[in-house]
Amino acid sequence: MYIIVVGGGKVGYYLTKTLVNEGHEVLLIERDPAKVEVYAERFGSVVLAGDGAEAAVLAAAGAARADVVIAVTGEDEDNLVVCQVAKTKFHVGRTIARVNNPKNEHLFRVLGVDVTVSQTNFILNLIEQAIPERSFIHLLSLRHADLGIIEATVDDDSPVANQTIDEIELPMDCVIAAIARGADVIVPRGSTRIEPGDEVIAITHRAEEDELRRLLVSD
Amino acid sequence: MKVVIMGCGRVGARVASLLDQNGHDVTIIDTNSAAFKRLSPDFSGESIIGTGIDEDVLRAAGIERAHAFVAVTNGDNRNIMAAQVVRTVFHVPQVICRIYDPVREDTYRRLGLSTVCPTTTVSALILDQVISAGDMLHS
Repeated sequence: MYIIVVGGGKVGYYLTKTLVNEGHEVLLIERDPAKVEVYAERFGSVVLAGDGAEAAVLAAAGAARADVVIAVTGEDEDNLVVCQVAKTKFHVGRTIARVNNPKNEHLFRVLGVDVTVSQTNFILNLIEQAIPERSFIHLLSLRHADLGIIEATVDDDSPVANQTIDEIELPMDCVIAAIARGADVIVPRGSTRIEPGDEVIAITHRAEEDELRRLLVSD
Repeated sequence: MKVVIMGCGRVGARVASLLDQNGHDVTIIDTNSAAFKRLSPDFSGESIIGTGIDEDVLRAAGIERAHAFVAVTNGDNRNIMAAQVVRTVFHVPQVICRIYDPVREDTYRRLGLSTVCPTTTVSALILDQVISAGDMLHS
């Protein structure tokens, strides 16, 4: 796969290194000539000096045959424009933007960026998962389908405690995918009964996540 | 008319001051408070410190009531992003965006932004004068 990475900060540097080691054809575009010189010594000829938001630089990088363009500079506006130019001028199939302000994630997707990555949200999620007393955890977002995977710990007071799957009135776009009970993982059937202490893993439409939360965990 | 202007450089400050003199309701945004010194001394509009690519800053500037938005910071990409935020999130009817890079200007004009490219405009004016001066010499 041919991948163009724009922005040679820490993220861009380690991303390029990893992708090269995985055997991909990679080109890193960086504005600062001093950094380009250092990287070129380490990586060889996979570094290009220039502004990745400029069409001429992307053309020189061979953007027209790139499978993926990843913009990971520290500035959201630069990442947006890199992806939009790659998409509209070079018809790159997949554009990925790093988003520094988490509020921009939604906006970037509306403006045509295929995938957004927010470090802030990632770290927030990790912190949420690491706090033990939380009983309802958002594990993963499947953005293009607007789905999320959640994990909830059922206690004695949960509305679903001691009910079978058949008896639970789940929201329309939710499905319980697995139940972890002690060391066992149960793939539930209609007759499976949910017990206090179970960890329920469910796939849900984002709009119904709150409704599902009220159903699975007690207030 | 309510106008929000992002970037208080020479152009931003001048546009803001002229609109203000003509009785319009002007708010100007810049990341650097020192930039507001460029406004005319009798400027009666509002000035806000912050970046126009942040929705909260735009709201504080009254973008929801604005009839027009002008993006004239030094950064092409910042202008482009702010203009798109204002158009798609706040649906401001008139959005004008300065882009120095002619190729980028062409790209975003095709995507429907109202753009101004000083590079092509100024080059054309200079060329005109050079050529007409040359014509006079030859005639």
